[in-house]
Amino acid sequence: MTEPESRATQSARRDGGTPAPVGARAVAASFIRLFAVQGSWNYETMVGNGIAFSMKPLLRNLPEERYHAALARQARYFNAHPYLAGVAVGSLARGELDGEDPVRVERYRTALCGPLGSVGDQLVWAGWLPLCSLMALAAFALGAGPLVVVCIFLGAYNAGHIALRAWGLRVGLRRGLRVAPALANPLFREGPAALARISAVLAGLILPLALQRIIGPGRALAGGVAVVAVIGAVILARFGARATGWRAALGLLSIFVLYSVAR
Amino acid sequence: MTWEALFLSILPVSLLGAVVGLDMVSFPQIMLSRPLVSATLGGAFVGRAGAGLLIGAVLELIALETLPFGASRYAEWGTAGVVGGVVMAGQPVSSAGGLPVAMFVALATAVFSSRSMVWVRNWNAHEARRLRSEIDAGSPTAIDSLQLRGLTMDLVRGFAVTFVALLVLYPLSHKIVAVWGVDAVHSRAFVTALAATVAAGAIWTLTHRAARAGWLFILGLGAGTVLLLLQ
Repeated sequence: MTEPESRATQSARRDGGTPAPVGARAVAASFIRLFAVQGSWNYETMVGNGIAFSMKPLLRNLPEERYHAALARQARYFNAHPYLAGVAVGSLARGELDGEDPVRVERYRTALCGPLGSVGDQLVWAGWLPLCSLMALAAFALGAGPLVVVCIFLGAYNAGHIALRAWGLRVGLRRGLRVAPALANPLFREGPAALARISAVLAGLILPLALQRIIGPGRALAGGVAVVAVIGAVILARFGARATGWRAALGLLSIFVLYSVAR
Repeated sequence: MTWEALFLSILPVSLLGAVVGLDMVSFPQIMLSRPLVSATLGGAFVGRAGAGLLIGAVLELIALETLPFGASRYAEWGTAGVVGGVVMAGQPVSSAGGLPVAMFVALATAVFSSRSMVWVRNWNAHEARRLRSEIDAGSPTAIDSLQLRGLTMDLVRGFAVTFVALLVLYPLSHKIVAVWGVDAVHSRAFVTALAATVAAGAIWTLTHRAARAGWLFILGLGAGTVLLLLQ
């Protein structure tokens, strides 16, 4: 993963001189590393080491002492949505390269954690991902084959995913420690609600059709299934904080399997 | 099937499990780990992608409720989907118990894989503590090393979970399906009711804060029902 240092970089480090601007190769290397930003995720430093890992190619041209100090700073605790970690990597790298006061860099780093986590969670995990799942399930419901369904899902999801990662790194590098206004983008403020409304109508549209394809010979009991689903969903929505649906489903399924075997 | 044959046949599928397990959190998060994809790939490995897609769709409806927020503990659907897809594709097409048993096996794997993610995260923390002095000195080698160790361990985790789950659950699933006592009508209806319940609950959780989302869902449901009746 490590690339050999250029002579110019080594020379700049020895001299302690001004580093060269970030090159396209360094940005590309950082972008690729961002896909592994959660590689050493843990409950203590969370994504901290991944931030330093992704930022390393961008900091290469710093003088030796500042390079190590910056890496040490950036490897500490950090938490963010992985797709928006590029905003932190880009802006903090720009701060380090511009020679900002380390105290200011650290303060800004701490301040970035919350917004990058909550904005990404709402936009991606609670918005874009379920919508893409529903789009793929719609294709399944309409009778599409395995290849088409998988391509629709992966194509749609990753168009948004990769665009968001690329935007994050670019805007971070361009704006440095003044990146906060970029997070006030209408996409982040209005996007989650808009995605939720589209998901709601799409879910209503495809649920009966997808279930029709799954139920197969059980369609003789379709009415009963619908009633059970409505009652069950209300119970889950009411007590969702205390019980996850998939664990409850496993419990009920275990009983059903035992009943079927014992019968 | 002999144990040797079973052992050899699940090795390539376990490699698939390793890749999709890694994708869930560590690299590259392109959602190969979603059950719709992983189960379809699992089924395709056994030669029946369509069977994998069917169990994948059931699991995807259930996975709609999984929101992998920060440090929350959630199901790891990649390996679970692969195991479910392989088990589903390995059953006779006409078997009444194929779908419920594949779903049971996938959800059971999800419990185990979810726990294995916590083990890997704790191991990562242990490694981070071990390398702390070097990382605090800004050593790029230590930073890369910690990252690569975490990625490798997660890859091994996905492989091990898939391998053990298939080694134990694949033969068991055949035994259960062979003595399955409920007819296909009730078996499919039960699975569909479970998937519909969890999916509807998840959609409510995801959308209820948005204005008019409830009405939009009902509007869509009406349109979907009309389309269903027209089919």
